Amino acid sequence: MTEALTTEYGTTTAELRGRKNPLIRFLESFRRYPIISVVIIGTLLVFGIFAPFLTTHDPDYGQLRAKIAPPAWNTAWYEENPRVESRFVLGADGVGRDIYSRMVDGARISLLVMAVSLASGMFIGTTLGLVAGYFGGFIDEIISRIWDIWAAIPFLLIALIIATVVGNSLEIVIGLLAMVSWSSFVRNVRAETFTLRERDYVAQAKIAGASAANIMWRHILPNVINTIVVIATLRVGGLILAEASLSFLGVGIPKPQATWGNMVADGRAYLSEAWWIAFFPGLAIFLTVMALNFMGDWLRDRWDPRLRQI
Amino acid sequence: MRNFLIRRAVSAFLSLIGATFVVFTVSIASDDPLLLYAKPTGYGMPESQRVALEAKLGLDKPIFVQYLLWIGRAFTGDLGESIFDERPVTDKIEERVGVTLKLGIVSWIFATVLGVPMGILSAVKRASLWDYIGRGFALFGQAVPNFWLGIMMIFLFAVRLDWLPSATAGEGFFSFKHYVMPVFVLGTATAGGYLRITRSAMLEVLDAEYVKLARAKGVENNWVVWKHALRNALIPPLTVSAVLMAGFITGSLITESVFAIPGIGSLAIQSVTNNDFPLVAGITMIFTALWVTTNFIADILYVVIDPRIRLN
Repeated sequence: MTEALTTEYGTTTAELRGRKNPLIRFLESFRRYPIISVVIIGTLLVFGIFAPFLTTHDPDYGQLRAKIAPPAWNTAWYEENPRVESRFVLGADGVGRDIYSRMVDGARISLLVMAVSLASGMFIGTTLGLVAGYFGGFIDEIISRIWDIWAAIPFLLIALIIATVVGNSLEIVIGLLAMVSWSSFVRNVRAETFTLRERDYVAQAKIAGASAANIMWRHILPNVINTIVVIATLRVGGLILAEASLSFLGVGIPKPQATWGNMVADGRAYLSEAWWIAFFPGLAIFLTVMALNFMGDWLRDRWDPRLRQI
Repeated sequence: MRNFLIRRAVSAFLSLIGATFVVFTVSIASDDPLLLYAKPTGYGMPESQRVALEAKLGLDKPIFVQYLLWIGRAFTGDLGESIFDERPVTDKIEERVGVTLKLGIVSWIFATVLGVPMGILSAVKRASLWDYIGRGFALFGQAVPNFWLGIMMIFLFAVRLDWLPSATAGEGFFSFKHYVMPVFVLGTATAGGYLRITRSAMLEVLDAEYVKLARAKGVENNWVVWKHALRNALIPPLTVSAVLMAGFITGSLITESVFAIPGIGSLAIQSVTNNDFPLVAGITMIFTALWVTTNFIADILYVVIDPRIRLN
């Protein structure tokens, strides 16, 4: 049973002896160093931050003449249509807007939405989790019940109602996503706080006269930071998917602002003649979420293996 | 044990009330439902008729009272009438629910059959090629946007290859061809989730003392895996299976919209667009009730299957 003799991070004894299939060794290197994830996330950050310098066309300006122009490698099309002056790296959409530029622009708005909604969800969730875990009893009961009710609300339906009735805007999308993101922080921070508050150093801080807020902030929070970061990384992929789903259903960030989700939705109507309109933005969502999930797994294995059930 | 169940039941009930209250108030308070009668292109509505309609729909009462009246009737099985075509909400839901249920159940079977065995294989043959295929699939399933996968499948199998129909649920009780793509789209993410849960449970169990003991006694590998480890490793996937089932029903919102399937998900979208609040609230009620019930079942299953919890 050599297979059962595994060391940490899945290195097997067989591998240590160097008897591994080269393909598996190649795959294992991915696991140990999340290079691809780092590259994808890094690219996304660069595109998001420097968006205006990296676009080749105005993301919201359409040239009707270039409507559903194929990606630039399809040179035959561009030769047949000499009046289309510029080439579109990843093609153009139904009204002749550059897909690549719109994706870069969309990356920027996605980053903004993610950062704000995750940060606010993290803040609310951590605070509630600390309070529930530290005080326990009645307060904990109330917060836990709120959490239960919250989990039962069909999020997409609420989002649809709010967006249809109030109208959709950037702020509403951020608010909705913050509403989804806080709950997983509460659960885990609460559980951690439960065990941490029994520690000696907390008791000593209490004897020394520290206030509850002070103990939570100075003595408990630093110990749950790892968990918070791991959860944030694990959850951000899901948030991106949620945002894309909202955009896809037409209740996300309002048009003409490009988001990856609404670009896929736009491409649906042109599926038979221009696959690239829906393909590339969706691929971007997929790769980003995959990179983030992978990164989250990796961080969790390093920092907080107890969270393995998530 | 009894206390635990009672506590869970109370909590489930509270969730149901809380969630429907939120949806009910949001859908009534944020806009005037009467706008559905008075189209912008129409002649408007005289004051007397407006008052009469408000009284008929109960809109003249405070929201809280409206909600109490509604939930009271809901528990007797009466979800009111749709504003849009004045048919009972329960009828409208009933004629759509079959398709969604079929889709959900088939996807659930698909996800289980795919995810659980792959999870076991992945754990038993850890760090082998199988493990990487399994985990690769899980990573794919949990990262791919549902709607994009659906659209790309339509492009490939319906537009290009013309093997499968691109929309609707087909005719008859169960049209296999129509269900292939929606089931795959709906089931992939869940299969990924199953795979991960099964794999990590199996790894944990394989590392447990009693498995080591069995090995030390010289029990054959297959016997250890199937007899000692598997039974215990199946507890987590079994308990989440109920919850995942509920996920399919709400997940139907997007899948049904991609494949134009006439189920509850598309009815929900339609009712929201019409601001047909009795229908919106009714569907939410169904969704929430389903979620709460399946969670409750999961809790019970957990206790029933695992004696360690029962004894505590």
